[in-house]
Amino acid sequence: MSVPSIEVRNVTVHYGEVLALDHANITLDPGRVCALVGMNGSGKSTLFKAIMGMVRPDSGTVLINGASPLKSRKSGAIGYVPQSEEIDWDFPLSVRDVVMMGRFGHMGLRRHAKKSDNDAVDHALERVELTDYASRAIGQLSCGQKKRAFVARGIAQGASVLLLDEPFAGVDKRSEATMTTLLRELSADGATILVSTHDLHAVPILADEAVLLMRRVLMHGDPHEVLKPNNLALAFGLDVLNRGTTV
Amino acid sequence: MNLIVFFLEPLSYDFMVRALATTLIASIVCALLSCWLVLIGWSLMGDAVSHAVLPGVVLAYIVGVPFAVGAVAFGFLAVGLIGLVRDTSRVKEDAAIGIVFTTLFALGLVLISITPSQTDLFHIIFGNLLGVSWADLTQIIVLGAITFTILVIKRRDFTLFAFDPTHAHAIGLNPKLLGAALLGLLALTAVVALQAVGVVLVVAMLIIPGATAYLLTDRFGRMLVIAPVISAMCAGIGLYLSYYLDTASGGMVVLTQGAAFTAVYLFSPRHGLVGQRILARRRRGSLEPSS
Repeated sequence: MSVPSIEVRNVTVHYGEVLALDHANITLDPGRVCALVGMNGSGKSTLFKAIMGMVRPDSGTVLINGASPLKSRKSGAIGYVPQSEEIDWDFPLSVRDVVMMGRFGHMGLRRHAKKSDNDAVDHALERVELTDYASRAIGQLSCGQKKRAFVARGIAQGASVLLLDEPFAGVDKRSEATMTTLLRELSADGATILVSTHDLHAVPILADEAVLLMRRVLMHGDPHEVLKPNNLALAFGLDVLNRGTTV
Repeated sequence: MNLIVFFLEPLSYDFMVRALATTLIASIVCALLSCWLVLIGWSLMGDAVSHAVLPGVVLAYIVGVPFAVGAVAFGFLAVGLIGLVRDTSRVKEDAAIGIVFTTLFALGLVLISITPSQTDLFHIIFGNLLGVSWADLTQIIVLGAITFTILVIKRRDFTLFAFDPTHAHAIGLNPKLLGAALLGLLALTAVVALQAVGVVLVVAMLIIPGATAYLLTDRFGRMLVIAPVISAMCAGIGLYLSYYLDTASGGMVVLTQGAAFTAVYLFSPRHGLVGQRILARRRRGSLEPSS
């Protein structure tokens, strides 16, 4: 039996008085693409933070490839693609500079790039089809290209678990398709991918499984099943008939 | 008067040699640090820490320990208090910064007023480039060298911290530690620059060079070269101007930096105001081929 890539066991997180995550359980096997669906404030970002060990859960445990989040971070197993709003796009860095930051964990104290680092960056840029844009300023890319640059950072890092926070926000249909294809390819190569998204119709094409989150995990299973209207109504608070949970 | 005499004459005075060395070291170290401060959005924090170190420096003087010890202690105290006020009351961060650093600065003023040998310490507030002693200069060289070395060796980590602290965390680095290191270096830098331009004007040297370089390039690596070069040139020019015009040296250094920023703000090829206007007009023109 293989060790799960991501194992979130009974995790509860409070911010002060506010309950952000309530006994969440998610197990994700290697090579799977999982979509994380829920409205704003449903705990998607908190779940990412818990997986990366940025928030300490009140209770429960997180294991990445069977190891603690700290150990996994140190080994470079966790790649993260941030939301657009988290990044200052006027920051004077080239696309190559950003992708190179994926290699820092593999470098010495001064983060001086060796040949192996340059090769990994070249390969990652090629993989996301941004080779021609390597020396552009990161802010000069289109929304979809920016997202791919950050995926390239994860590839250069050699991350086996990739977390993407709203990668489809503000991205046009064609870039979305490119990104979907890219993520499918990476998962075929063995990467485990967790994607939070508002964009529900992309989910069945993109993901092998979907998680419906509303502070707790309402549902986890086949995307088509999870995205049925009555299930979505639960997560997005539209359950006007108040039929009770069907989980 | 020929150019050689123009440059060499002031240096026939020992105090001018020390002044030049001090202002060059301070301007280079400040400029290097300013590149990160302006990108992280810590300009106000630079202002706060550079003021808040005053009581620390005075206490260090009274107790007889190196200024740097008191400065770093009060630098961190200020940052801690700002965070405390912000997080545990409804007061917003800018107000918290304003409250904490002015109060600590005032404490410094009061401490100076009750400390014998007042003249020495009042120089810390407005700077006294021409009164830098050999002992002061030694301290400036040591602190400047330490700060410069750490900034250069760890520059890529600091840049990662400034750009994407979440990624820094995700690959097993400690962004909180990197942030604290930058703040500690900020306090050390403040001590270096105190002698040159004084507490009140340190913040200028901590913001203007980075902001100027930021308008000149889209590469952070180049910013780290451009900022210190411009800053050092301005410091030298400012000092010579103050010598020949008989004006306040610290003020003159900062004025020169301000003038350099203004020139770049207006005429920078890519990000300057004039260049952007011309570009916009040209674009508009090309949309109306009939005119």
